[in-house]
Amino acid sequence: MDTQTVINTAVLSASPRTENKGQKAEQTAVKKGYRSNTYFLLKLLLTVSGFIIAIGVSLFFPQKAEIVIKDYALSAFGLTLNLTMNDAYIFVLVMLIVIYTVTGLVSAGNKERRKKFCKNAAFRFALGIGLALWDIGGTKLAFFPQPFFPGPAQVIEAYLSDGEYIIQNIIYSLRLYAAGFSCGVVLGVGTGILIGWFPKVYYWVFPVLKITGVVPAVAWMPFALTLLPDTFTAAVFLIVICAWFQIAFLTAKGIQSTPKQSYEAARILGSSQKDLILHVAIPHAMPDIFTGIGSANAMAFTTLVMSEMLGQPGGLGYYINQSKVWSAYYKVLAAIVIMAVLFSFINYIIGRIQKHTLRWQEGVLKK
Amino acid sequence: MSSSIKISGVDRVYTDTDGVSVEALRGIDLDIREGEFISLIGPSGCGKTTLLRLIAGLDKPQAGELTIDGSKITGVGPERGYVFQQGSLFPWLDIEKNISYGLRARGVLKTKKEKVGEYISMVGLDGFEKSYPHQISGGMAQRVAIARALINEPKALLLDEPMGALDSFTRSDLQDKLLELWKKEGTTMILVTHDIDEAIYLSDRIVIMTPRPGKISKIIDVDLPRPRHRGGVEFLEMRRQILEFFRLAQALPQPEYNI
Ligand SMILES: Nc1ncnc2c1ncn2[C@@H]1O[C@H](COP(=O)(O)OP(=O)(O)O)[C@@H](O)[C@H]1O
Ligand SMILES: [Mg+2]
Repeated sequence: MDTQTVINTAVLSASPRTENKGQKAEQTAVKKGYRSNTYFLLKLLLTVSGFIIAIGVSLFFPQKAEIVIKDYALSAFGLTLNLTMNDAYIFVLVMLIVIYTVTGLVSAGNKERRKKFCKNAAFRFALGIGLALWDIGGTKLAFFPQPFFPGPAQVIEAYLSDGEYIIQNIIYSLRLYAAGFSCGVVLGVGTGILIGWFPKVYYWVFPVLKITGVVPAVAWMPFALTLLPDTFTAAVFLIVICAWFQIAFLTAKGIQSTPKQSYEAARILGSSQKDLILHVAIPHAMPDIFTGIGSANAMAFTTLVMSEMLGQPGGLGYYINQSKVWSAYYKVLAAIVIMAVLFSFINYIIGRIQKHTLRWQEGVLKK
Repeated sequence: MSSSIKISGVDRVYTDTDGVSVEALRGIDLDIREGEFISLIGPSGCGKTTLLRLIAGLDKPQAGELTIDGSKITGVGPERGYVFQQGSLFPWLDIEKNISYGLRARGVLKTKKEKVGEYISMVGLDGFEKSYPHQISGGMAQRVAIARALINEPKALLLDEPMGALDSFTRSDLQDKLLELWKKEGTTMILVTHDIDEAIYLSDRIVIMTPRPGKISKIIDVDLPRPRHRGGVEFLEMRRQILEFFRLAQALPQPEYNI
């Protein structure tokens, strides 16, 4: 926080503050667009109205299709609650409305966030309408071919009926991913540094890496399953190699592209060989390392789900496979939704780490 | 703190990939006195950078010897600072960390921490400690490079066209800054430049080099009193002499002498 402020001041004092002046001049004029409060309130209304319509559809649209609406007993904090899937669906919609309203009110005070919120309003409205149409076409009228296209409430039913089991499978997937990917990153960066720094290692190892690197990791599955002690280790192994090769490749490239002048400058200032690796080559390679981590991450998700589908006793991929056998497509969809959220979240975390680590790069600090 | 540098009979020949060899330096003899401010001038390709790199210990001669305070130069050493033409700051370090790099690398950052702020102020960069190199101007970047070299308290500072990429206002500011630091620290200064005015304004002696093969053709003593005036009669006369020399050496038609 502190450093950020200093940097901002530095940047500001280096350039004339024309922007500030412009802002003031506009404030005295009539507020237009997202600056006006009425406009902003309308946008807020637009944001939530889609979800309100979706609630309306769920409550008042006649249930024509023959879909069993079961009661589920949920108990938490000593209370037991009887819910149908429609109740849960409405609960989710209400939560969305609450979240977006709060976001809207919080961002009202900040110029940039206010602008962004207004921009997102139309999309969020469409999202609500989309849910409503999906509800009508799926659950209410079963207009879409069943059981392949269940409605949103049915997808949520999967969480009601299988909640705990789904959580177990999420944890299984996360464990697999964390073990495999973290090993892959460590090994990848490590070998990448060795390859990039020592010409001998480059000569012997790089061609091997280049050839084996193009083979999708899951192709090794038969070997992994027979040679490794258990299926979990086998899946970890597959994720490790898909992350390892990709990251090593890019790390080596980053190390090798370090300008000669950087090394010379560091040597003259008193750097030892070890110092040149740690304080010159590796920082220089960081952007490439993160490129490697980013693409390895996408491949790791694929490898994870595929190996779960093809021979794991748990995980979201396993859950999808199992649900497919029972033609429970609403559960498949429920697992896909979780994957989307989970993997986006992992990407977000990696993105934040990357942004922080590479804050020295041009265009990363400034918006 | 300063040191004397002795260069005797130095040859440096480069052979490129096609087997063509270039005599970058031939038979260089030069004695640089303690605390002297010396400039190397001459057209592109006359071996100025090569000579500076040999003094720095970044390169080795094929023949001849270079010594500093009597001992042979065999590699880089903290008693010789170096300022590159441009782009030598570490982009991943902020200004403060760039300047303190040498202290950290030599393991003395803990004991000499207070020097960092001192050197930042010395080159007038207070308030920019946490900025990154891409956020500052070229002139500021060169001041950082100078402070980064000086914080190791070198006895000799080697500068390879440190102001070559700067506009003329920033350049004359930095020249004054350099003089000020030189007076304060007493460091031996060896400056490579394209700019005749800059050489006369700053140096005790000007070493004129000519290419193919790279050699020293003339050494001029600049015995003008300091502070010098760029428009003074003697100043202009000295400039005329140097230009005349280049014209006779037929090395002049280079657009770099934008005087
Ligand atoms: N690493 C190198 N490999 C081959 N030739 C080089 C190398 N460095 C310099 N030279 C050649 O040596 C000559 C002198 O170069 P340099 O010292 O850079 O000149 P200056 O700095 O005076 O412009 C030039 O002809 C240049 O092409
Ligand atoms: Mg040069």
